[in-house]
Amino acid sequence: MPTSGELKERIEASLPGSTAEVQDLTGGGDHFRAEVVSERFEGLSRIDRHRLVYDVFGDEVGGPIHALSLKTSTLEETT
Amino acid sequence: MTTDEIRAFIQQAIGENHVMLFMKGTPEQPMCGFSARTAAALNALGVEYSALDILPDPRIRQELSGLSQWPTIPQLFVDGNLVGGADIVTEMYDTGELADTLGVAQPTGEQVPEPPAEESPQTAPLGLENRLG
Repeated sequence: MPTSGELKERIEASLPGSTAEVQDLTGGGDHFRAEVVSERFEGLSRIDRHRLVYDVFGDEVGGPIHALSLKTSTLEETT
Repeated sequence: MTTDEIRAFIQQAIGENHVMLFMKGTPEQPMCGFSARTAAALNALGVEYSALDILPDPRIRQELSGLSQWPTIPQLFVDGNLVGGADIVTEMYDTGELADTLGVAQPTGEQVPEPPAEESPQTAPLGLENRLG
């Protein structure tokens, strides 16, 4: 069962320079919320940003990771 | 109903409905908080939309995600294009972009709509489940 720490590590490893804050929404290891800040999102639509993060987990999203709620920003957008 | 027929039905639903929501449950009785939130945003804008419950047959979700390359439910399509899931739709509602995309006025003074949705003005959900017998 994935943990919020694992999700954070995997997102940050796959999107270099990114920071991810991940919460396990239910404590059950299947509903997560991730707030991801990355320069890779610059110039991308929301759809494409979310796809970048979903792609880190492939088929696990919708499988063992039942739900992954996302907020994606560039550093500039957070300041 | 064969898997090919399900895929064709989904493609047709996306192509023929100006605003098409795939969700768990129905707008009147959403079966998941994310679906409820997305339907609530559409209801708050008073826009007419079609909704399809993906729960009656697991192949609906499988074929939908194959077509859209989007892993989760709900999925909102406008004019045949994927707009996003619950997070994107909620963000776009908050910024007014959803109203722009749908060509309607943003309600004033409304915060993020809270599920469960109130009386909803949309058209009846499509009845794919009725064709699966």
